Amino acid sequence: MEIKYLTQLNSGQNCKIKKISAGMMASKRLYEMGLNSGAEVKVVKNDIGPVIVSVHGNKIAVGRGLAEKIIVAN
Amino acid sequence: MNTIALVGNPNSGKTTLFNALTGSNQRVGNWPGVTVEKKEGNFKFKSNIYTVIDLPGTYSLGSFSEDEIIARNYIINGNPNVVINVVDATNIERNLYLTTQLLEMGAKVVVALNMVDEAEAKNIEIDIQALSDKLGAPVIPTVASKKKGIEDLISKAVEIIDKDMDCKANISYGQSIDQEIENIKKFLKGKELAYPPQWIAVKFLEGDKEVLSMIKEKDEEIYKNLESMLEEDSLAELELEIVDKRYEFINNITSLAVKKPKENIDTITDKIDRIVTHKYLGLPIFALIMFIVFQLTFSIGQDLLGGFVGSGIEILGGKIEALLINANAADWIISFVIDGIFGGVGAVVEFVPLILVLYTLMGFLEDSGYMARAAYIMDNIMRHLGLQGKTFISMIIGFGCNVPGVMATRTLENRKDKMIAILINPFMSCGARIPIYLVFISAFFPDKGGLVLFLLYALGIAVALLVAKIFSKTLFKGEASYFIMELPPYRIPTAINVFRNMWDNVSEFLKRAGTIIFAVVTLLWILAMLPMGVEPYSQSSLLGHIGTAIAPIFKPAGYGTWQASVGLFSGIAAKEAVVAILGMVYAGVEEGTELVKAIQSAFTPLSAVSFMVMTLLYTPCAATLGAIKKETGSYKWMIFSAVYSFLVAWILSVIVYQVGTFIGLS
Repeated sequence: MEIKYLTQLNSGQNCKIKKISAGMMASKRLYEMGLNSGAEVKVVKNDIGPVIVSVHGNKIAVGRGLAEKIIVAN
Repeated sequence: MNTIALVGNPNSGKTTLFNALTGSNQRVGNWPGVTVEKKEGNFKFKSNIYTVIDLPGTYSLGSFSEDEIIARNYIINGNPNVVINVVDATNIERNLYLTTQLLEMGAKVVVALNMVDEAEAKNIEIDIQALSDKLGAPVIPTVASKKKGIEDLISKAVEIIDKDMDCKANISYGQSIDQEIENIKKFLKGKELAYPPQWIAVKFLEGDKEVLSMIKEKDEEIYKNLESMLEEDSLAELELEIVDKRYEFINNITSLAVKKPKENIDTITDKIDRIVTHKYLGLPIFALIMFIVFQLTFSIGQDLLGGFVGSGIEILGGKIEALLINANAADWIISFVIDGIFGGVGAVVEFVPLILVLYTLMGFLEDSGYMARAAYIMDNIMRHLGLQGKTFISMIIGFGCNVPGVMATRTLENRKDKMIAILINPFMSCGARIPIYLVFISAFFPDKGGLVLFLLYALGIAVALLVAKIFSKTLFKGEASYFIMELPPYRIPTAINVFRNMWDNVSEFLKRAGTIIFAVVTLLWILAMLPMGVEPYSQSSLLGHIGTAIAPIFKPAGYGTWQASVGLFSGIAAKEAVVAILGMVYAGVEEGTELVKAIQSAFTPLSAVSFMVMTLLYTPCAATLGAIKKETGSYKWMIFSAVYSFLVAWILSVIVYQVGTFIGLS
């Protein structure tokens, strides 16, 4: 298990969310969109724009600034 | 009468279900005190009439956004007889998050498990009975877009209206939180609060300020006690733990009732997304789509349909004029009917086809799921400007009309994002400004209509982005913004959704034409007729005096005439009035070839461009200023918006004219 930021993963990689160290509002919104701690997500796309992840087959785009605050293990 | 509230996540097919339930029996209004749209409809079942309230689509029932507060306040205080919770079967885990909150509120819930056909296509197996048992609420499978399961849903909803049902989810939040909840419930026991104690306790532990202030209104004493309890605990951790526990509860249900394949299927959505969200191709494709939208709007809405309506109005106007003359009506009555009503309101109605086409295409893009991709693509650019991608959606809506554009900024949770989005929205060229461009295009650039229109829109966007950058570095320094956006699967838009969306907007436009614009046109007509005995619409009328007084301001921009000034002056009341007034002051006609000829002799191609730049960017219309006041909550920002956009417009317009003259374009 390796601890990384979401932005450090490549497209196609799977990971588990460990911790979100963003502000309260952003964190709660992520949680409510299904990106809570323990959620298993797949990185669909990570290049220049927001990171697109898939949670339970549902795609969510997370801005890069915020994605840098999501700590994951893969 | 019985009321049914419709609740669900965005993209869950809630609007489609609302349309399927109510058909054409719909009304659009506003929630009291706020600008959020309220949709209501009726249906008849076994000779009883039921009212359906479409609540705003939300992921949660917290207090982050106005939408969430409206939805939950309605469920608690509006006392709907039953709540239909629309759940997307393909995305059941996340959708049930909202369901758990509804159940916790003690609402009578029927789950409409929507899009079961799509779930089936994805090999997702859902045990409806098990799901229903575990939730403690009836679950009805539906396909709203094909009107499947609607009757079952209605009869189940109607059935439980009269039943005493206690559908409360039994969520355990872990020992320590459960203990806290029990303590609070014990404290609340016997106190009249009109909210379920369990719900108050959970919301309170979630640190929900809105719930606390609701309690404060009812009972100051209880509020003070609760507040003192609040300080004893560190709540930040609790808040997220509660969300985690809700998901745990959901996972326990879905592990029993839902079987999903280990999905590695490359769906059509994935294939399309690889192209339209591509690193390099995404932006050009987006620009191309918008260009096609405006090109189609222009060619179908204006050239094809607009012409029909225009000549129809002209013929009708001529007939009525003849009728009035035959009836020996007074000159001022004829002038009012023909110049005032047909000139003003008629000129506006002529552009209905154009707005109709624009909204149909925009609705199509919205319903297909592409708009979310547009926000994704734009986020990268917006981020460099200190903004986020969602802001761009309010900008796109502004292309139709700035009033809903400004209102759409509600979905932005961050104050900085919201304020900047409001202030730059009027730079998005709304539908009402198109008629102005069209007259000048037919006068000077008849072969390049689509291109000129596209360039004007692009200039509006560029100015908006530049101003946004400046504001985020100065006025709203240091406030962080973030971007989270669902990218729903692509769907073929349903005709009824696209049609309803278009119709709501067009009828709003017509309503404006019949009220505000009518009033403005009447007022301007009076100004043009006074003082008594003056040649109407001449320089010696009151209107002419106003124009003459402000004309010098516009001299450096190349159109320092009293006529052009009067046109711009009327535009602050309503942009639709500009063309009608220009028509009256230049040619004594409201539209058509004579106006175009008059424009050709009064302007040069260069001053025409300069004038179009001015009308694109200057002070928003009264209705938009009203929306800005409402959304920012202050007159200060409204006045700021009016003044700074005028300055920006004036400066750019002058630059266009002066630079153009300098390099010999005039």
